[in-house]
Amino acid sequence: MKPFQYLRARTVEEATTLYADHPGARYLGGGTNLVDLMKQGVETPGTLVDVSRLPLGEVRELPDGSVRIGAMVRNSDLAAHPLVRERYPVLSQALLAGASGQLRNAATTGGNLLQRTRCPYFQDLSKPCNKRAPGSGCGAREGVHRDHAILGHSSQCIATHPSDMAVALAALDAQVELHGRQGERTVAADAFHRLPGDRPDQDTEIAPGELVTGVLLPPAPAGLPSAYRKARDRASYAFALASAAVVLSVEDARIRYVRIAFGGVAHRPWRARRAEEALLGGAADDAAFSRALRAELAAAEPLRDNAFKVPLVRNLAHDVLTRLAAAAPRH
Amino acid sequence: MPDIVATSSALGTPAERREGPDKVTGTARYAAEHHPEGRAYAWPVPATVARGTLTDIDDKHTRAVPGVVTVLTHLNAPRLAESDDATLAVLQNSRVPHRGWYVALVVADTLEAAREGAEALRLTYAEEPHEVTLRGDSPDAYVPEDSDGTSGEHVRGEPDTVHASAPVHIDATYRVPPLHNHPMEPHAATAEWQDGRLVVHDSSQGATKVRDVLAELFDLPGDRVTVTSEHVGGGFGAKGTPRPHVVLAAMAARVTARPVTLVLPRGDLPAVVGHRSPTVQRLRLAADPDGILLSVIHEVTSHTSRIKEFVETAAAATRVMYASPHSRTTHRVLPLDVPSPSWMRAPGEAPGMYALESAMDELAVALGIDPIELRLRNDTGTEPDSSRPFSSRNLAACLREGARRFGWAGRDPRPRARTEGPTLIGTGVAAATYPANVSPSRASVHAAADGIFTVRVNATDIGTGARTVLAQIAADTLGVPVERVRIDIGSSDLPDAPLAGGSSGTASWGWAVHEASTQLAARLAELEGDSLPAEGVEAVADTEGTADADSAYARHAFGAHFAEVGVDTVTGEIRVRRLLGVYAVGRVLNPRTARSQFIGGMTMGLGMALTEGSTLDPAFGDFVERDLAAYHVPVQADIPAVEAHWIDEDDPHLNPMGSKGIGEIGIVGTAAAIGNAVHHATGARLRELPLTPDRVLGCL
Repeated sequence: MKPFQYLRARTVEEATTLYADHPGARYLGGGTNLVDLMKQGVETPGTLVDVSRLPLGEVRELPDGSVRIGAMVRNSDLAAHPLVRERYPVLSQALLAGASGQLRNAATTGGNLLQRTRCPYFQDLSKPCNKRAPGSGCGAREGVHRDHAILGHSSQCIATHPSDMAVALAALDAQVELHGRQGERTVAADAFHRLPGDRPDQDTEIAPGELVTGVLLPPAPAGLPSAYRKARDRASYAFALASAAVVLSVEDARIRYVRIAFGGVAHRPWRARRAEEALLGGAADDAAFSRALRAELAAAEPLRDNAFKVPLVRNLAHDVLTRLAAAAPRH
Repeated sequence: MPDIVATSSALGTPAERREGPDKVTGTARYAAEHHPEGRAYAWPVPATVARGTLTDIDDKHTRAVPGVVTVLTHLNAPRLAESDDATLAVLQNSRVPHRGWYVALVVADTLEAAREGAEALRLTYAEEPHEVTLRGDSPDAYVPEDSDGTSGEHVRGEPDTVHASAPVHIDATYRVPPLHNHPMEPHAATAEWQDGRLVVHDSSQGATKVRDVLAELFDLPGDRVTVTSEHVGGGFGAKGTPRPHVVLAAMAARVTARPVTLVLPRGDLPAVVGHRSPTVQRLRLAADPDGILLSVIHEVTSHTSRIKEFVETAAAATRVMYASPHSRTTHRVLPLDVPSPSWMRAPGEAPGMYALESAMDELAVALGIDPIELRLRNDTGTEPDSSRPFSSRNLAACLREGARRFGWAGRDPRPRARTEGPTLIGTGVAAATYPANVSPSRASVHAAADGIFTVRVNATDIGTGARTVLAQIAADTLGVPVERVRIDIGSSDLPDAPLAGGSSGTASWGWAVHEASTQLAARLAELEGDSLPAEGVEAVADTEGTADADSAYARHAFGAHFAEVGVDTVTGEIRVRRLLGVYAVGRVLNPRTARSQFIGGMTMGLGMALTEGSTLDPAFGDFVERDLAAYHVPVQADIPAVEAHWIDEDDPHLNPMGSKGIGEIGIVGTAAAIGNAVHHATGARLRELPLTPDRVLGCL
């Protein structure tokens, strides 16, 4: 592991300045992923700018009913927060489905969004990986790829994004708040992560030096029925084979509001927009769910060994839709 | 053979582990936690080709790292004497027999510098084509020599002819993937040369063997080498014999003339400390309509490396289990460019009984006979292959007691008969067996004038409670309270003893401790009330010729495993709801530590069934799942109600304590019980482990 300089930022402005002044710097939050990658030699920052003590540790309700989550709020605190549990259960459930208790205590909201894929070829310096070393090739495509993408992958990269939280944020139409030297901006959570295309080294739309300062949960889905479901190889501490986050509102037997996002199947949380369009305004029944999910998954391109993910993610989403619909008030 | 004296009070009680407080307070020191003055740290460098030759070493960047002391490669490492174990011939030549083989070692003042130096090393290889994929029908597989009755091929009668003409047949092939021991404490050693003496703290299951091998490799008399293994954080067979780390640490210490600590990185373990070979197992059972077995054919293919033959003796238990007039049990080994496999908890029995007990369940289903009843009908008092009577065999009692405790009676045998919403519920059973092994050992017991008795034996406590049970044995034999017994174990300077392995530690060490204690008690009785001499009185024992004497009996432990599973039809996820084991293991010497061993084995069996397994990457030749995030050992949430029970078994043909080993039988058959429960739940017979959603979902 390469020697590095450690600096601690006291303000957001100081953090972005320190980053700009130290080429090859990385922001350090909980360190649950970055430090591992440094040990493996995958990340070799010259400087770590510790942002974990920035005043971004609060969950607050704003006057318009939206909820702002500071980027340094720990995953365990966010999952347990009453505002999140009451209004955005899908987010609380997704967080609790991720990692282990110890990791959730350390991991931050911003860091969770920026974690890297757990593709074993990405993590192994002795193997080719276009994400880690652009142009070196992809070891996974013809190799061991049961856990890899079925949607939106490219000839360059078949990795998945590992976050559970980000899948819920995509379904909640959350906004990611960024602070850079050019000022502040927000990006839709759903557009924050990228598809690999021919630049698999770029996981997100974040610009160099920009810092995630927070996540904004909009008022629209607040209080609507929502849920997250994840399938995995063991009961805890395993990444999703596939997952589904759903927000669903049914009135007078018609779907008034629906958001669906898949996890574990693509390079980013996969918003199932075709399924949402097919469902909106229609009946909340089995046939409609099946039709909508089939339409969404028509785009799936499974690899040699991961075709099981197509029925798996379909079943997960169908199950969550069904349960949410069943819980809707009848008129 | 003497019985335990009638005043027995310690054996059979749930004594707590003596070193428990040291471990939970962090004062117990493990191999890497010894801090000799001037200690240096080593970091190993694994090969990144699966087969070839190291052609160039550029270490200038490594040597430029501040703190790096030296870089060892085959060009400058000390020459080792020949050893039986080719995996220990590290840094002796430029050949790379598999990916992950160590080709260099960087030694530095700090762990960080050693690691940075290792990453800076530039190595060039002449790469050769490699093959790492196990195929059951490969013509390159051969039948290995049968040195101890557990390997090779055994044939009784005319199994193929009988199979072909029998009224009921099962012909099924089962696959078990590579499995990894992954003890919590990785392999580690701290080595130091003191005036020509080699002193090593090693994380090992048997320091006597490590001492002997180091003496051989470094061409030293045995009394110039001391190996201690005071506390060991698990091994599961992977620390049963010396592994490359201890040789590398000793080499580095010699070259640098400093103490050196080497802790293997977790991700290196799969390639350098052994693994359970994958197996392809074809089972053919033939029976009459009443379920009486007529012919049993068990053919096993496993892989081994190019440098060492290791046979996963998966058909060995089939030679023990059921009466059958005709039988063939065959092992075949396929050498590949893979890391060397080795022992992992119940080597042979664990994968073999998965296959046999799955096939028995298939036969029960085919015949419409209850699977417990089928096993009872094929029970036997004599070992089928050897025709020797069993010293004791209480398989039937375990099955019956397990059935009673589990609530087996009234089970609807039809698949998919029980559901809870989208969850299919099923129950399954499987038998277990493991040999009652024992080896010769030495031990001494000393009586001091102050009333303290000290037992000395180079036993190893790998977390099982060896100290505790040896104190119980000595206390009862001497007729003194256990508090007056001190235990000295874990050093090769103590009387020689075999390793903690093969479920034989307690039997082997305990026999010698019992014998020394018996002698000491007799000599103390001769004193007739006279006070002890100032230096005390000591008795020594060596069970060579006694413990390893041929027995007229086949000596094995038996057991039965029961599982209830829920299979989620939405996801294909299988979760065990209940796991229950009943064992017949002679006399249980300490119910607290015994229970821990049983449920630990069952948990490992659950992992084998549902979560554990790695993949050899055909293109790169290495195991892909190498850390504990990717190699899925069961977590707490996977372990539901898990119960271990045992029946009273009085067997006079074992050791003086009347015990059989208990460290491994818990993993044997557990995977089959779970797989059989999955069949009962779903109606699908899945014959390749682990039963992860990708394999299950399509069958629902």
